[in-house]
Amino acid sequence: MMSEVRKVDARDGKLAMAHIYVAFIALALGGLCGLLQVLVRSGKFTLPANISYYTILTTHGVLLGLVLTTFFIIGFQFAALSRTAGTLSDKVRFWGWIGFWTMTIGTAMTAYYILIGEASVLFTFYAPLQAHPGFYLGLTLVVVGSWISGFAMFAHYAKWKKEHPGQVSPILTFMCVVNMILWLVCTLGVAATVLFQLLPWSLGLVDRINVLVSRTLFWYFGHPLVYFWLLPAYMVWYVVIPKVIGGKMFSDSLARLTFILFLIFSIPVGFHHQLVEPGIDPAWKYLQVVLTFMVVIPSLMTAFSMFATFEMYGRSKGATGLFGWLRKLPWGDARFFVPFVGMLFFIPAGAGGLVNASHQLNQVVHNTIWVTGHFHLTLATTVVLTFFGAAYWLIPHLTGRVMTKAMNRLAIIQAVVWAIGMFFMSGAMHFAGLLGAPRRSAFSTYGNAPQALEWIPYQIAQAVGGAILFIGIILVLIIVTNLAFFAPKGETEFPVAEVAEEAERTPLVFENWKLWLGITVALILIAYTVPFIDMIQNAPPGSKGFKLW
Amino acid sequence: MHMHKYEKIWLFFGIGSLFVFLAVLGVGAFAQGNQPPSCLTTIDPEKVDQTPPFDKPGLVKTGDNEYQLNIVASAFSYTPNQVEIPKGAKVTINVATKDVIHGFEMAGTNVNMMVEPGYVSSFTQTFDKPGEYVILCNEYCGAGHHLMTAKVKVVE
Repeated sequence: MMSEVRKVDARDGKLAMAHIYVAFIALALGGLCGLLQVLVRSGKFTLPANISYYTILTTHGVLLGLVLTTFFIIGFQFAALSRTAGTLSDKVRFWGWIGFWTMTIGTAMTAYYILIGEASVLFTFYAPLQAHPGFYLGLTLVVVGSWISGFAMFAHYAKWKKEHPGQVSPILTFMCVVNMILWLVCTLGVAATVLFQLLPWSLGLVDRINVLVSRTLFWYFGHPLVYFWLLPAYMVWYVVIPKVIGGKMFSDSLARLTFILFLIFSIPVGFHHQLVEPGIDPAWKYLQVVLTFMVVIPSLMTAFSMFATFEMYGRSKGATGLFGWLRKLPWGDARFFVPFVGMLFFIPAGAGGLVNASHQLNQVVHNTIWVTGHFHLTLATTVVLTFFGAAYWLIPHLTGRVMTKAMNRLAIIQAVVWAIGMFFMSGAMHFAGLLGAPRRSAFSTYGNAPQALEWIPYQIAQAVGGAILFIGIILVLIIVTNLAFFAPKGETEFPVAEVAEEAERTPLVFENWKLWLGITVALILIAYTVPFIDMIQNAPPGSKGFKLW
Repeated sequence: MHMHKYEKIWLFFGIGSLFVFLAVLGVGAFAQGNQPPSCLTTIDPEKVDQTPPFDKPGLVKTGDNEYQLNIVASAFSYTPNQVEIPKGAKVTINVATKDVIHGFEMAGTNVNMMVEPGYVSSFTQTFDKPGEYVILCNEYCGAGHHLMTAKVKVVE
């Protein structure tokens, strides 16, 4: 390959680690909130000191959905860029720090207004529930900080391209760039609703807000957000795992094609979160449903690539028979095993996702706790276990330590604990959701309705699963603390796989950003222009703010 | 760009079944009329109580075995909160909110829609099975969100 630096520079490592610390602090606090929620919902426990269930729920969603993910991803990507495209320039690193502090201050501000009870609006903050302006401002800072880091990453990539004219960029660098483009394009939506609608309205500068426009802008951002979480997990699967098991990447071109397809098809799809709401013509909903399902294609490609990599490696080690290669995989290596458990959970997670996005089936599960069960498989298992698996080599690589055998074993136990806990919690959520149990609700028997009483056993199962998951969080915090501060000094590899010899040369077209951005923007305009104009032209009188908590 | 033969087969069947699936959804939506609730009627959220049919919420007979059920949602209740529907009735449910976004879900049926200020939400359902159904708010609306409920009895 090209002139790669094998080790992440110590100064870049510090920047990446700063992000990772915040991410794991968010995991600890957000996880504690999650535990309290499942306990409340079992009906056997009430929160002390008048703490509101919905304050806890808002904290849980913001810390785990927005803070843990965004911080880990940006930290991981700075490290990946430094590793594959060379040490960051002082300027890029400086802006990376500015981005970090902007995000951190924003997070602290948001958390403050949630915790003093001024923003129990959940992480989706749907108007006309109106939070304190400080909550919206804090979220704005988080997004702006991520943009600063994003542009620092682009600058680093541009420098590499300038120094290597006519060459294909390193695959991890390429993937980071795709993910940050995705992030920038989609956060424009949430930035628009926060800056032009929610902030002026909460400050009292305007009286009323167009609710449907605000929701539509939010969901323009809300679905690509999940791909922003998923793509770094795919980076680990495509590029890191093959090296960890001792194999090669199946195909460089197909991996790049997968990422480009995600960029194109993850944004013009927000209506599948708005399928059962008024004010949007169902034909436009259907168009976005079709576009939503196009991400099935890169997902199928990824599944093929992963198992092709595993099988090729197993056979190269002399495996025979149809499934003999399975036995050759390094099951005792946490760097492989933990993300692999995440991959397995992606199969039911993806299937559930197909249900959610189906034009009509959505009505059966919309806003039931089935949906919560779904994203605890996708984000809270597939993505998060992959992040844990990555942290197990990334943190010691950056801190100049090595993972001991004992910690490796604990990491494997942690993944098993997680799988068991999630099996109970998410499984019970899926079943209760099919029976109609709502999401985002404190314990209630709905006036002793017989139907609601049927949900209680499932809610107790959720509490059992959630408690097991909390043990999983404690375990991962022990491992991460050990790797950051106490593990023995030494050298840990940042694994980056090479491409299999049989694979063809990667065409440069994948880095024709004008082309891909052009297609992305065109699809967004096709999917959104007409319904958006409809919403504004046929808008009902706007809504005043409400503080109902 | 080269693709492995097996990958071509895998993608061919995968993408093929995807398009069959989307065609099924499309036929269901456009040929059979099974669209998700997408009412385009607007309403002034501050004048819901004065706007027909929400000025007199409740069940109204509109034809032979056909009914309209008009419900007003507000934090944290539905009006009316007890309704009896004759078995086999085809009921068009219209819901409007006076304040924030609410959900309108009738557990055990396909009635499930968002209720947003400024819009009327509407869905038509035939009630063939007698029994008691709980209606609940499934979109967070504030401190009393989990107490927002109503009851429907389908009677012989």
